[in-house]
Amino acid sequence: MTNHHKTGFRRWLKGLTLKRVHRMITCREFEDFVLSYLDGELPDRQRSVFEWHMRICRECRDYLAAYKRAEELGRAVLPSPNDPLPKDVPEDLINAILDAREL
Amino acid sequence: MPDERSKRQDLPLARAEQGSETQAEQLVRDNIAWMLALAERILRDRGLAEDAVQEAFMAAFRGLDSFEGRSTLKTWLHRITVNASLSKLRQLKRLAERPIDEYLPEFDRHECRIEARWTYLAPLQDVLENDDLRARVSESIDALPESYRIVLQLRDIEGYDTSEVAELLKISASNVKVRLHRARAALKKLLEPILRGEVRR
Repeated sequence: MTNHHKTGFRRWLKGLTLKRVHRMITCREFEDFVLSYLDGELPDRQRSVFEWHMRICRECRDYLAAYKRAEELGRAVLPSPNDPLPKDVPEDLINAILDAREL
Repeated sequence: MPDERSKRQDLPLARAEQGSETQAEQLVRDNIAWMLALAERILRDRGLAEDAVQEAFMAAFRGLDSFEGRSTLKTWLHRITVNASLSKLRQLKRLAERPIDEYLPEFDRHECRIEARWTYLAPLQDVLENDDLRARVSESIDALPESYRIVLQLRDIEGYDTSEVAELLKISASNVKVRLHRARAALKKLLEPILRGEVRR
């Protein structure tokens, strides 16, 4: 059995197991809950099912860790209101604004 | 946006409304730098940002009557600047929704996630302290379609909540959530070589 087949088999087995666990969600359903989970907006029961899925499913656990890291990086790198302000505001822009106000 | 209440009579805007040219000039000089920076964060272009700020001041002078001091002057001007900038993006048709499917998670027919094994996840500081990697993160953000990048910028950086972003973008709150999640999921996909430690310049 090649590695590719092993991975496929493991995934198939996990899919089968998840379907048999009462009230368990699939990975696709897990995906739909990610944002609400991170925003703390999931009701208690849904949150515990979400966390239960994460304990069973390594793929979703790893995915969520990488998703959160990507989000942190985005927040850190996107231009921010805390960045230094431009010092070179063009005088002609200020004049254009004031001239237009008089029209 | 934090909505600190403030009395209207204390505001330079109220004085500008009364028509003194010097006071209007003071209002422009006091606020133009941060408004320009804000417009540039949204438009990613200095020239377009200058146009948007000019339009924002025109809208502010026109709308003085509707400013009732329910928010601070800065909060009010912030929203006007965001609106002027978004309106520029709309004129340029840069807010049109573009498919992002190639960057979204994949599932098999049993709805199981298809995700290559993670043996390493780059620590945040390791990436942020490396200028090349930081630049690559910026490039990845730029690779996102504008309609997704803008949701990240407005909600995660500028401090607007979901319903405010919905109002600014003229879309539903649930659509904002979908776009925000997709933008983050796509960013994760785009950043994978860095996050997996495959790129360490």
